[in-house]
Amino acid sequence: MLKGHAEHFPGSIHQPPLASNVDAIQPGVHIEHPHHPKLQHHFDDMGQQAEASTLGMWVFLVTEIMFFGGLFMAYLLYRWQSPAAFQEASAHLSIGWGGFNTAVLIFSSLTMALAVRAAQTSESSRTQVGWILITMFLGVVFLGVKAIEYTEKFRDHIVPGPYFDATKWEHPAGVEMFYSLYFCMTGLHALHMIIGLGIMTWLAIMASKRTFNAEYYTPVEVAGLYWHFVDIVWIFLFPLLYLIGRHYHHG
Amino acid sequence: MSAGHVAPKSLYYSVFLALLIGTALTVAVAFVDLGAMNNVAMLTIACVKALLVILFFMHVRWGTRLTWVVVASGFFWLLILFSQTMSDFATRGWIAGTLK
Repeated sequence: MLKGHAEHFPGSIHQPPLASNVDAIQPGVHIEHPHHPKLQHHFDDMGQQAEASTLGMWVFLVTEIMFFGGLFMAYLLYRWQSPAAFQEASAHLSIGWGGFNTAVLIFSSLTMALAVRAAQTSESSRTQVGWILITMFLGVVFLGVKAIEYTEKFRDHIVPGPYFDATKWEHPAGVEMFYSLYFCMTGLHALHMIIGLGIMTWLAIMASKRTFNAEYYTPVEVAGLYWHFVDIVWIFLFPLLYLIGRHYHHG
Repeated sequence: MSAGHVAPKSLYYSVFLALLIGTALTVAVAFVDLGAMNNVAMLTIACVKALLVILFFMHVRWGTRLTWVVVASGFFWLLILFSQTMSDFATRGWIAGTLK
C-alpha cells in the first residue's frame, strides 16, 4: 500500500491520493475478478489461502509435537532410571488390544486420506460424508477399546494413587511411575481423539451441505493433518508402552 | 498449487499396507530378545511408519519447501529436548563429587 502510494506521489507520502485515481483502481478489482465466496479478502487467490491454512496447521502441529514431546522426555528419563520396572509393567499390558487399536488407527488414517481425496476430486457429498463417518466410527472403536483397557487397570488396582496395589510387583515404585506415564500419555492422546471426533462431526455436517470441492477443501485437508498427527503419536506410543516387556523374566 | 496435488488411491492403499506390515513386524521383533537392539529396531520401524504418514497421508511429499522446513524444525527441536536433557542425566556422577 505504502509502496504503491510512493510510486504515485514521488517525494511525498503525505499527499493524499487523487480521488479520480482511487476510482480508477478500486471498483475495477471486483468487477474484473469475481472471486470464490470462501476466499478471504486478505488472500490473492484460493491457492494462496489453502497454502497459508496448511502451513498454519503445521505450525500448530509443531507445538503439538513439543506438547507430547515433554511426556516422551519424561518417559525416556524414568525408563533410563528404572528399566526393569518399566519392562515388568509393560508386560502386563495387553498386546492384543494394543495391536488391534494400532491397526484401527492406521485404517482410520487411510479412510481420512480418502475423505480428503474425495473432497479434492469433487466427489459427491455422499461419498465425502461416508469416508468421514467411517473415520469417526474407527475413532470410536479405538476409544471403546481404550475404555475397556482403562477399566481393567482400575479393577486390578494398577492405577497410580492410593489404591495402587504395590504387593504384586517386584519394582512397585517404577511400575507406578510407568502407569502414571501410561495414563498421561494415552489420556492426552485419547483427549486428542475426542477433540478430533468433534472436528469430524462439524466436517461431516459441512460436507453434507456440499461445501467442499476441488476449489475449496481446506477444512478437510487441515482436519486430516490433525487426525494423521494423532495417528503418528500412537505409532510411537504402541511400541514404547506395550512392547518393551515381552521378554521380561522375573528374577 | 502444491497443496492441490491429488495422489492416486493405489498409493494410499500401498501406504496403508506398508503401515500394517510395519506394525506386524514391530510386534514380531518384540518377542525376540535382541537386548538393546530391540529398542533400535522398534523405534526405526516407528520412524519409518511416521515418515510414510507424514509424506503421503499428510501430503508433505508434495508440499512447499516452507512446509518442509516447518515440519523438520518440529522434530529437530524434539531432538534438542531429548539430547540435551539426556546429556545431563546420563553423565551425572561421571566426575567424582558431582550429583548422581
